[in-house]
Amino acid sequence: MSTVVLLTLTGLGLAALYFLIASGLSLVFGLAGVLNFAHGLFLSVGAYATWWAAPRWGWLPALAFGVAVAAATGALVELVLIRPLYTRHTEQVLVTVGLSLAGVALLQSVWGADARVFPRPSWTSSVVGVGGAQVPADRFLLIGVAVLVLLGLLAFLRFTRYGLIIRAGVENRAMVSALGIDVRNAFTLVFAIGGALAGLAGILAGMYFSSISPGQGAALLIFAFIVVVIGGLGSVAGAAGAAVAVGLLQQFVNYYGTAGAGDVSVVALLAVVLLLRPTGLAGKVATA
Amino acid sequence: MTDLLQPTGSSAAVGSPGPAPRAGWRAWLRRAAPALVLLLAAVLPWSTLSLPGLFEGPLNSPGTLQLLAVCLVFGGLALGYDLLFGRAGLLSFGHALYIAAGAYGVDILVSHYGWDLWSAAAMTVLAAALLAALLGSVALQTSGIAFSMVTLAFAQVGHIVINRDPGGLTGGEEGLPLASAGLPAAFVGVVNTVNLYWLALAFLTVVVLVVHTIDRAPLGRTLTGLRDDERRIAVLGLSPYRLKLLAFVLAGALAALGGVTYALVVGGASPHVASSELTLSLIVMAVLGGAGTRWGAVLGGILYAYLDQRLARLGGSLPGPLGEPLFVLGTLFILAVYFVPGGLAGLGGRLEPVRRALGLRRDRAHPPAGTP
Repeated sequence: MSTVVLLTLTGLGLAALYFLIASGLSLVFGLAGVLNFAHGLFLSVGAYATWWAAPRWGWLPALAFGVAVAAATGALVELVLIRPLYTRHTEQVLVTVGLSLAGVALLQSVWGADARVFPRPSWTSSVVGVGGAQVPADRFLLIGVAVLVLLGLLAFLRFTRYGLIIRAGVENRAMVSALGIDVRNAFTLVFAIGGALAGLAGILAGMYFSSISPGQGAALLIFAFIVVVIGGLGSVAGAAGAAVAVGLLQQFVNYYGTAGAGDVSVVALLAVVLLLRPTGLAGKVATA
Repeated sequence: MTDLLQPTGSSAAVGSPGPAPRAGWRAWLRRAAPALVLLLAAVLPWSTLSLPGLFEGPLNSPGTLQLLAVCLVFGGLALGYDLLFGRAGLLSFGHALYIAAGAYGVDILVSHYGWDLWSAAAMTVLAAALLAALLGSVALQTSGIAFSMVTLAFAQVGHIVINRDPGGLTGGEEGLPLASAGLPAAFVGVVNTVNLYWLALAFLTVVVLVVHTIDRAPLGRTLTGLRDDERRIAVLGLSPYRLKLLAFVLAGALAALGGVTYALVVGGASPHVASSELTLSLIVMAVLGGAGTRWGAVLGGILYAYLDQRLARLGGSLPGPLGEPLFVLGTLFILAVYFVPGGLAGLGGRLEPVRRALGLRRDRAHPPAGTP
């Protein structure tokens, strides 16, 4: 019983990370049609910014700084690199591929390829007893942050003007433009939100794995892609559901099966979902 | 007006027998250029020419030959990938899986099971083609971005499995060195690097022949049609699914052949050949050279592999991020996407207006000199 509780909470912690990365990816893809390979870079940028700032300014300002830097990176990438290639989707993907290669190499040249120990508040390394299981406290932090972000995102999309534009844009971008609304501002906003969430995910991943390395973003990104496709491109709620399914499946199969079987079973889940429902669980917009 | 132009026209007509053979000669040279380049590449190992700046030793030193061999292998791999990407318009993110299947397949059969090289290579390529048929038949149920994601996921499984070292077969993160005992004597030892160079050249030639034959055959035109408008191909009564699967399997087999060659050239297989970065760099090569063109991907592959190896070797001496090959190549790639959309192969066409402007100016300069 205690093993099941521990595995569930760890799986949910992992799902929280996947969700934070995938929700940004999903919104960016749903609205702007850009498959963003540089998303892993936003994650690493946020993590390194916090790692750099934490010993200097303390923990909370460093967290805010990391998220802000990642959001600024996202907005900057959209403004400088993605916008000139408007409607040329293949070129946009290629640019983000180039950016992910160059960006990771840049981080590597500044801070080295080796993993760095990530600073974390002392209370996150304590353990909490739940149902007879000793669960590390950072799992609750991850889950709590992800739930807050999910609620915040849904509220933002539902109750604000920009949220309305984004939802409408995911549904039918041409129509929104035809109604006289400049969707491109929403693109920048979505990239900034995606960047901020990815940066947050990077910081939390740094605490979860207690280290950061330049290539960490890319490793998480592949599972985030899988979550996005399973959840349905452009759907935040779909991404949340898919993240929980993927995180739990991965943890349980990895524990009860042989090593690596969890990752394989996630891919199998992807294949099954795509063959049965090619647009994903919540999908209706995956036309590209 | 016409009267004034008449004399120049007639003089051009009189002069035409002169330029005509030259044009014919030029056309012949154009057609024969690939064969001449191949001949030049084949006899290159007998040259002791030293190009300081470009290579560290003379051309026939083992170090330079190995570097060139890796470049040639990547030229072939990039062209094989371009069969999918540039021709059929399938953006696969999982091509590395088939390269890894080739490299690890031949390595495992030779090093663990003591097969002889040629039957191991044949078996590996066949198995990789089967794998491509199996996975392709699932992945091609989807299209567009979903197809890219599914291929990426499949390749990722391959990467994970290779890293986990199942049954001690793949050597995990360390990779699996090729046991020289099972190889023909001609491929063993530093002295025989030249044979590996020729092997890489032969692989590149095979890929070029296969892909260019497909380009010329109806299949090639149908694949281009699929890239441009899939529905139209379907309306014509052809099955897009079957054609795409055929291209996928062919590209998979060529990739496996490249993997076999790569394992021989570098003397083993490492998990890097299965990583998604390798597929991404293949995309970079194809786009840098000019996707969908006859020679673009080959040029891109050779150039990329050359820069990658040279920059890695020069790494220590260059300042800051310039020491990271991927930083330089990634930045170069982004710039190429913006400013050279057709890639290196499209560069000639883009310079055409400039050349014509220069040529016109020269023509205009000539008549006044000739008329008096």
